[in-house]
Amino acid sequence: MSIDSIQNEIINEFSLLDGDMEMTVLYVMELGQKLPEMNKADKTEENIVKGCQSKVWLTARIDNEGMRFSADSNTAITKGLVSLLVRIFSGQRPEDVLNADLYFMKKIGMERFIGTQRSNGFASMIKQIKFYALAYKTQMATE
Amino acid sequence: MNAVLSPSTIDIKKIREQFPVLHQQVNGKPLIYFDNAATNQKPARVIKALTDYYEGYNANIHRGIHTLAEKATKAYEETRHSMQQFINAKHVEEIIFTRGVTESINLVASSYGRAFLKEGDEVIVSGLEHHSNIVPWQMICEEKKAILKVIPVTPIGEMDIDAYRKLLSQRTKVVAVNHASNSLGTINPVKEIIKLAHEVGAVVLIDGAQAAAHLEIDVQDLDCDFYCVSSHKMYGPTGTGILYGKKELLEKMPPYMGGGEMIKDVTFAKTTYNDLPYKFEAGTPNIADVVALNEAIHFINELGKENIASHEDGLLAYTKEKLVAIPKLRLIGTSKNKVSVQSFVIEGIHPFDIGQMLDARGIAVRTGHHCTQPLMDSFGLEGTVRASFAVYNTKEEIDQLIEGLKRITNFMIK
Repeated sequence: MSIDSIQNEIINEFSLLDGDMEMTVLYVMELGQKLPEMNKADKTEENIVKGCQSKVWLTARIDNEGMRFSADSNTAITKGLVSLLVRIFSGQRPEDVLNADLYFMKKIGMERFIGTQRSNGFASMIKQIKFYALAYKTQMATE
Repeated sequence: MNAVLSPSTIDIKKIREQFPVLHQQVNGKPLIYFDNAATNQKPARVIKALTDYYEGYNANIHRGIHTLAEKATKAYEETRHSMQQFINAKHVEEIIFTRGVTESINLVASSYGRAFLKEGDEVIVSGLEHHSNIVPWQMICEEKKAILKVIPVTPIGEMDIDAYRKLLSQRTKVVAVNHASNSLGTINPVKEIIKLAHEVGAVVLIDGAQAAAHLEIDVQDLDCDFYCVSSHKMYGPTGTGILYGKKELLEKMPPYMGGGEMIKDVTFAKTTYNDLPYKFEAGTPNIADVVALNEAIHFINELGKENIASHEDGLLAYTKEKLVAIPKLRLIGTSKNKVSVQSFVIEGIHPFDIGQMLDARGIAVRTGHHCTQPLMDSFGLEGTVRASFAVYNTKEEIDQLIEGLKRITNFMIK
């Protein structure tokens, strides 16, 4: 599935919540609960995303199908938010990750329910993901 | 209204009507504001005083001879007189307007500290302090090679007074503690702390940020050397507050900032400084907010602090009773003697998640370390959820808080 198809899927899912803030928060937490558990050995200081108020660990690898991300957070809402990125970007090629235009946050009104500080933290997660993508793209080009 | 109302005659509904900000919906729910220890809301009369000032008599004070300047100066100085009575200072010139408690503490640490601290001297703070009553002392101690000592905190969140006695010595020059803790609400035995400090010849600064809206303050009875108050934590505007200092100490202290207002004569060879309190009020002060602060003082005086405290104590007791019934919830700060602040954690749920969930229900609480990282460390916590009450809060609002907490607990702890 393409990045945009997944984004559209997410926008659809959130539209069912009809803007109810409490339902939205609970839904995001639930998404976090469904995120596959991150390997404990990967939860290191260097895998912490800088610029987040909560602790967020994020790692990436690549296989024949594309990039694979795994993540965790010490807060349930942030875990739910990062799970959206894991869902969008896992299985994608590095160059598609790099070129992705993320519009789902605006469409689901994310800033409204996570506030400015968490929005900045979310931007840091995206930056980190794109950084991994760039590293793999460069690696593939030199192989 | 007058100051002798009995608690039962406080009409909370009427009080709420005076606070415009309370009458709004947040996330589709009526706003419930429980972040009063961070800043409380402003009654319409305070807001009106601000607009009246700007619409009617905005002028620079003290030096102008025209009518507006005269009127602004009078209003500004009236607040100083009200504040003198509010904390029962002996002399009006012992009241210095600052930007608030943080600036007041920095003023004392810089001016008194720089003039009187020497290498090897000791400054005592407590483990219950806000960062603003830690960092200024760390800075001056570093500069003067003085030593910062810390009164430990007991498991229920009180200062360990026996340990404090042991810390005191002839080397102790300054003791700086809060009247009431912002994170836990503990009311500290400041009178005893001051007496013990004076026995070894130390001066004492009291951070009264959390006390001003809740407790009677009598600086002469306490015999404190310095007392700090923030306007915005006592229903007044942001950006102003006071430093009270004993006259004989303030007179000995060098100015904190140089500029207009604080001088008598300036030549390039020498400047002579103005008298108290102007020596410490360099530059054009925050006239509008100081003027409006007077209305906040009247608001509190008319309700009566006893009545306010009685209502808030009732809210706190009710909150504790309801909170302890929530599974896995632990109260942080359980001293018997508290202002209306309750911190808590729920095992397995991060405070941020609780705060976010409550916000979705229109309930504003504080989450995090509340600018008291050393205190949080001593409890082995990253942070807490803190609900703090003001005179306009109600038991019905607390019921909503409890409902919200039950919802998130049921969802997260399966």
